[in-house]
Amino acid sequence: MRDVLFASVRLLDPASGLDLHGDLLVRDGLIADWGPSLGRPDDALVVAEQGAVLCPGLVDIRAALGEPGYEYRETIASAAQAAAAGGITTLAALPDTLPAIDDPALVRLLRARGDETGSLTILPYGAVTVGCRGEELAELGLLAEAGAIAFTDGGHTVGSARLMRLALSYAKGFGARIAQHPEEPSLAAGGAATESERATRLGLPGIPAAAEAIQVARDIRLTALTGGAVHFAHVSTAEALRLIRQAKEDGINVTCDTAPPYFDLNETAIGDFRTYAKLSPPLRKDADRQAVVAALADGTIDAIASDHQPRDADDKRQPFAQATPGGTGLTTLLSVTLAQVHSGTVSLGQAIGLLTAKPARLLGVRAGRIEKGQPADLCLFHPERIWQVESGKLPGKAQNTPFDGRALEGLVLGTWKAGRRVFG
Amino acid sequence: MSYRQKHLLAIEGLYPPEIGHLLDLAESYVLLNRSGKTQRDLLRGRTLINLFFEDSTRTRTSFEIAGKRLGADVINMSVSTSSVNKGETLLDTAATLNAMHCDLLVVRHDQSGAPNLLAQKVDAAVINAGDGTHEHPTQALLDALTIRRRKGRLESLVVAICGDVLHSRVARSNIHLLTTMGSRVRVVGPPTLMPTEAERLGIEVFHDMERGLAGADIVMMLRLQRERMQRGLVPSAREYFRFFGLDAAKLAVAKPDALVMHPGPMNRGVEIDSAVADDPHRSVIREQVEMGVAVRMAVLDTLSRGHGRNEF
Repeated sequence: MRDVLFASVRLLDPASGLDLHGDLLVRDGLIADWGPSLGRPDDALVVAEQGAVLCPGLVDIRAALGEPGYEYRETIASAAQAAAAGGITTLAALPDTLPAIDDPALVRLLRARGDETGSLTILPYGAVTVGCRGEELAELGLLAEAGAIAFTDGGHTVGSARLMRLALSYAKGFGARIAQHPEEPSLAAGGAATESERATRLGLPGIPAAAEAIQVARDIRLTALTGGAVHFAHVSTAEALRLIRQAKEDGINVTCDTAPPYFDLNETAIGDFRTYAKLSPPLRKDADRQAVVAALADGTIDAIASDHQPRDADDKRQPFAQATPGGTGLTTLLSVTLAQVHSGTVSLGQAIGLLTAKPARLLGVRAGRIEKGQPADLCLFHPERIWQVESGKLPGKAQNTPFDGRALEGLVLGTWKAGRRVFG
Repeated sequence: MSYRQKHLLAIEGLYPPEIGHLLDLAESYVLLNRSGKTQRDLLRGRTLINLFFEDSTRTRTSFEIAGKRLGADVINMSVSTSSVNKGETLLDTAATLNAMHCDLLVVRHDQSGAPNLLAQKVDAAVINAGDGTHEHPTQALLDALTIRRRKGRLESLVVAICGDVLHSRVARSNIHLLTTMGSRVRVVGPPTLMPTEAERLGIEVFHDMERGLAGADIVMMLRLQRERMQRGLVPSAREYFRFFGLDAAKLAVAKPDALVMHPGPMNRGVEIDSAVADDPHRSVIREQVEMGVAVRMAVLDTLSRGHGRNEF
């Protein structure tokens, strides 16, 4: 494998605080050295891009893959392609597949399938309950031993308070975190959009914002009761963020993530029944979106996830209430996040931290950092270069982006996995 | 200005002159219909398909008569939505309709937005004959025509729409039409049957019939489906009738010449008392049905001319 020298780029690694203009050398797939100016080995491949930033390969804390069971939507190979185009080199995969990841063999399978791509490390979540059905606890210990990174039922809320209590309590023994889809099931049942004037006008059954806060409030109390660790996924409302902020101040072991649609879009994106903008949780009112932006700035939100949910055309070409919720997010993760840098919400360092060091720390993995002697998982991007999202032309199979038509400032130029260029 | 859209999917978004144009044309069809004449050359050779994914004898029949009086070839298609993959049926049907060169497509569907989806896929002009809890534009137009003929105007009236507003596409279309034309709309019903942020539609919300009906020019009743009781939105039919059913006593607070309307079919003794429904001095419920045919003729006429196609 040839050495790679990144020459005259901005090196940015929030994990170590590194932020300097200089060179970085990759040798034998590992990060060998960096500094303001390195010598150029004769045989090294030189990568030089004016104004580019080199950061750790992104760590996506939450994404659904089509495998196993939904290969018509997306395969792991196609997801890896989309991830590479988005600068993602490590991805935590949701377990509500078919079958659900509730068996140690499936955890090992997913890890191996990731390694086969050569471009993406897959960190499987294990199911909290058998089949993600919310009825009986899965074998959390065996799943953790096989390499499950944390536990969640994916897009399904663990609805029973008793079961959630048990899960938080039992997982504590294995040092594992329970990630919850925070949506009170009976309030959300049948809903297709945020309950609001817009849903009223469109005649769509609504999901009240309070459905999120109620679930968050309950699970904060159960976490306090058990001394366990909870993570709230794709938090989207002001009220829930207020509760999480308070719980953190109270010293309860609570973390959360959000996803680009919840700080970049609001409910108006559904327009006249645009099913690509039907997500779970639903896009909210702008006041909620603004609260998510504020929570990114003040550190309440611990990570930005792609919340990637591949769907095929038939899942989406339906009357709105019948269309399957979910949007793709791998390729757009960095660029949409950078919009918050350009608008002044967060610094570039903070933004990259939310996509690398912070999710890596939450998942307890060594990824998401620039460290000598470690595999060179790297993302090179230009923070100002402009491109337009176009459904149908995105890398990978799934094309159901809620950002269709959005012009974005910030482009991934290349992605390296263990020193090998996998994109660009 | 005449009507500027290719389809009729919703009242929301129409301009007063567009609504006025449709009503004026409908007015002329009322006269034609009463004279016993027809205009069979107008839509001769045109194909009108009534595509009903939800049962509705009266709306379908009304469109069928309207189409036939204008000389169109009318075909009724009823599609069951009980099959598992509803969306696939919808788009498969769209492809079939394109192959059959349908000119005018009347759609009734139990899902909000289904006609919008079809309109993207078919070549025909699409007329929404009621979609889920979204809109029922021809119902609002026929209600408006009924009101205009009786009251001489559509502006500065006080209209009370009573009952299950949450699930009513008739209410939504009427709210948009009447507020667009300059009337004051009130909605009256229990809070569990009121849509979220209803007041943001430019209307007043009441939970008490006496206050909601006080001084009203028009009292528009909505149908309450049994299913609402089963889902616990209303405890029982008798409780509903006690507080929200229209009877002579509740109607007494409205203006002396207030009209009573209902889109049908009525649940007598649930949302409306028979004595009121059948009162020839107050109830215009049968007249609404007559206006329905005229309004639908006007809509078919207008859309078949392709006014303003590609103007936007």
